[in-house]
Amino acid sequence: MNHSDETLLDDADETVRVRLVVNGRKVACEVAPRETLVDCLRNSLELTGTHAGCEMGACGACLVQLDGRAVHSCLMFAVQADGAAINTIEGLSDSGLIADLQAEFHRRNALQCGFCTPGMLINAHELLSQVAQPSREEIRDALSGNYCRCTGYEAIVDAIDAVAKARSAGGGAT
Amino acid sequence: MKARAFSYFRAATIDQALDAHARAGDDARFIAGGQSLVPALSLRLQAPRLLIDITHIDALRGVRRDGGYLRIGALTRHCEMLSEPLIAEFAPLLHAAAPFVAHPAIRNRGTFGGSVALADPASEFPAMTLALDAEIEIAGASGGRRIKADDFFLDLFETALQPGELITAVFVPLFKADQRFAFDELARRRGDYALVGCGMLATFTGERVDDIRISFFSVGNTPTRVKGAEATLIGSSLDAERIAAAQAALEGDLAPPDSDEVPPAMRLHLARVLLGRLLGRLGEGA
Repeated sequence: MNHSDETLLDDADETVRVRLVVNGRKVACEVAPRETLVDCLRNSLELTGTHAGCEMGACGACLVQLDGRAVHSCLMFAVQADGAAINTIEGLSDSGLIADLQAEFHRRNALQCGFCTPGMLINAHELLSQVAQPSREEIRDALSGNYCRCTGYEAIVDAIDAVAKARSAGGGAT
Repeated sequence: MKARAFSYFRAATIDQALDAHARAGDDARFIAGGQSLVPALSLRLQAPRLLIDITHIDALRGVRRDGGYLRIGALTRHCEMLSEPLIAEFAPLLHAAAPFVAHPAIRNRGTFGGSVALADPASEFPAMTLALDAEIEIAGASGGRRIKADDFFLDLFETALQPGELITAVFVPLFKADQRFAFDELARRRGDYALVGCGMLATFTGERVDDIRISFFSVGNTPTRVKGAEATLIGSSLDAERIAAAQAALEGDLAPPDSDEVPPAMRLHLARVLLGRLLGRLGEGA
């Protein structure tokens, strides 16, 4: 470290002010650079619907929408998200946009323990916003990054498939 | 599973990013998509003192034609490989490989330049730069340079990038009417690392192969061209005999490492199977 510039490095333990628009509301929080977005959402903003599972991008429990696209909130630091718009499961739920998905998950027992559900719903919402009528194969492919510890996959695929068909038929799932 | 403390700097220009790296005495890492780097930091496989965020550097963005090449900015995300019309038209092999790269949410963040820079031997895109005869554009303190993909991948996670250097773009020769491509991989689960993967690009006169580049991944320490197999295919049509000869040549081209999960003989067998399938598709006009 002979040539290092301490002015650039001496704030490793300091916090940084991060400004975000979360679920439509402007927020600011103080985070250490090493704090992941999922930890910021859960600990600083008390939005505990986003779950921290594997914390390495494999399980999908931490999915949120960042500037409109599904991303793993465990695979980015909160400082990287400064200035971004984030929707968590709380915001999507409140918006009513995924009410039919939620109802269908409930109806088909696709929730099970519920730990993976927020990520499953965010991913299902992303899929259906891009492909109106995905095949079961496409649904499975899209969900390949979401682990369900209860192994409830069949019911989850059923629920997404039913909502896709109901939406295409012009109404909500019934 | 938490990263060691580090400082964070958001660079607005390439010069700022390079300068910050130099000032940190090279104890720094550039971060773009971060889909491989963040897990590495969380597992403390890496613990730099400074993280330099390059995702806000406009010069690293965009896909455009540049002479006989498609210039793909380093920050182009994996999902854009699927959605960008220029990629589909002029670099269709990348378009074909993209759905196999991890999962949708990873593809929304991960960047093409980051994947090439990491040079994971099990990743799709580094191997495809070899099949495409791509050139990698690099910025560093001593200026910019372009290097052939053939000269870029040196060893396990080791590339021609020097400390503090940055990939700015990848130049892919434009896909031509007399060319065909094919891609596939064998994996236990969609989105998982492939047991074996392969992509190829061939130039034809009628049914005769004038040129072909075949690149495998998940078969060794680096993405790997199979020059012996390539040589057996040039100057002939892709009949069953030629395909069998190419499959046989893989024995000399590949030396898969031993692993508990996949013994070398099995990996070589899977490579032969995959090569046969893809050459069959090329022969049918894929």
